[in-house]
Amino acid sequence: MTAMEKDTLYLGDVELTSRLLTGTGKFASRTLIPAMLEASGSEMITVALRRVDPGATRKNILDYIPDSVRLLPNTSGARTAQEAVRIARIAREAGCGRFIKIEVITDMKYLLPDNHETLLATETLAKEGFIVLPYMMPDVTVSKQLHDAGAAAVMPLGSPIGTNRGLEMKPMIKRIIEGSKLPVVVDAGIGRPSQAAEAMEMGADAVLVNTAIATSHDPVMAGKAFALAVRAGRMAYLAEMEDKKMYADPSSPLTGFLGE
Amino acid sequence: MKISLNGKQVEVKSRTLELLIPERGLHPDALIVEVNSELIKKEHWAKTIIREGDTLELLNFVGGG
Repeated sequence: MTAMEKDTLYLGDVELTSRLLTGTGKFASRTLIPAMLEASGSEMITVALRRVDPGATRKNILDYIPDSVRLLPNTSGARTAQEAVRIARIAREAGCGRFIKIEVITDMKYLLPDNHETLLATETLAKEGFIVLPYMMPDVTVSKQLHDAGAAAVMPLGSPIGTNRGLEMKPMIKRIIEGSKLPVVVDAGIGRPSQAAEAMEMGADAVLVNTAIATSHDPVMAGKAFALAVRAGRMAYLAEMEDKKMYADPSSPLTGFLGE
Repeated sequence: MKISLNGKQVEVKSRTLELLIPERGLHPDALIVEVNSELIKKEHWAKTIIREGDTLELLNFVGGG
């Protein structure tokens, strides 16, 4: 357990204990968010920026996030690097801190990120002092380019946003993890705690889960379940589990019961 | 006067940003305002004059992943 006690995640110069990042989208009631955060121990949560709804209530989403939890505003809605940069600047000016999740999407069917625009936005925002977490299509070369552009982590997708399909991109994510000097946060598509554990066992540094928690019947319990899975997966990774084998390998001595 | 508010042309009476927010039935607390692509901090709302043809974006944080 000694290794585990010291096992913290750095995003930029910020130290996190929990490797489960969460999101504020799709909750049936926003009042579930603080309880989910407490149950899951998640220390960072995403929010989005939009034009105000004419019937907007006095309370906004930030009122449901405790001060101890860091905000990760996303640039959802951006279709170009320029739009992402604009959203990021507004979020910081509005008091959301230095973190920004870059999300540049033009493909509205699968909501897959545009790596080229994402890279451009990363370059600009890193220079402006943001702690940049780019949501990306898993690509080893782009991952290196994001590192060189000043990203604080890379966030390859497991599968399309909100699909609960898990690690469809597993082999590519694994290759990114093997070569990345940056933390790798698997973002999007993680629909079950087992899938979160799978990502962590493989060596992901963290996962970001929104839909699966928010749309469950009990988001508080689901948040806890994901937290346990992330922790179990991380511990398994640190324990360096042996590879799969083709043939049986006895766990009891192979000698006959009474000798020979 | 006519201004562009969140992409729509609307007729407004208020001369300052501070007065415009309640005129539009909005609560100022969590609001983020851009006038002609410039972010205006809340402490400057009272002295921000709204002019014919201005482009305003009224934004807020919402749930998102």
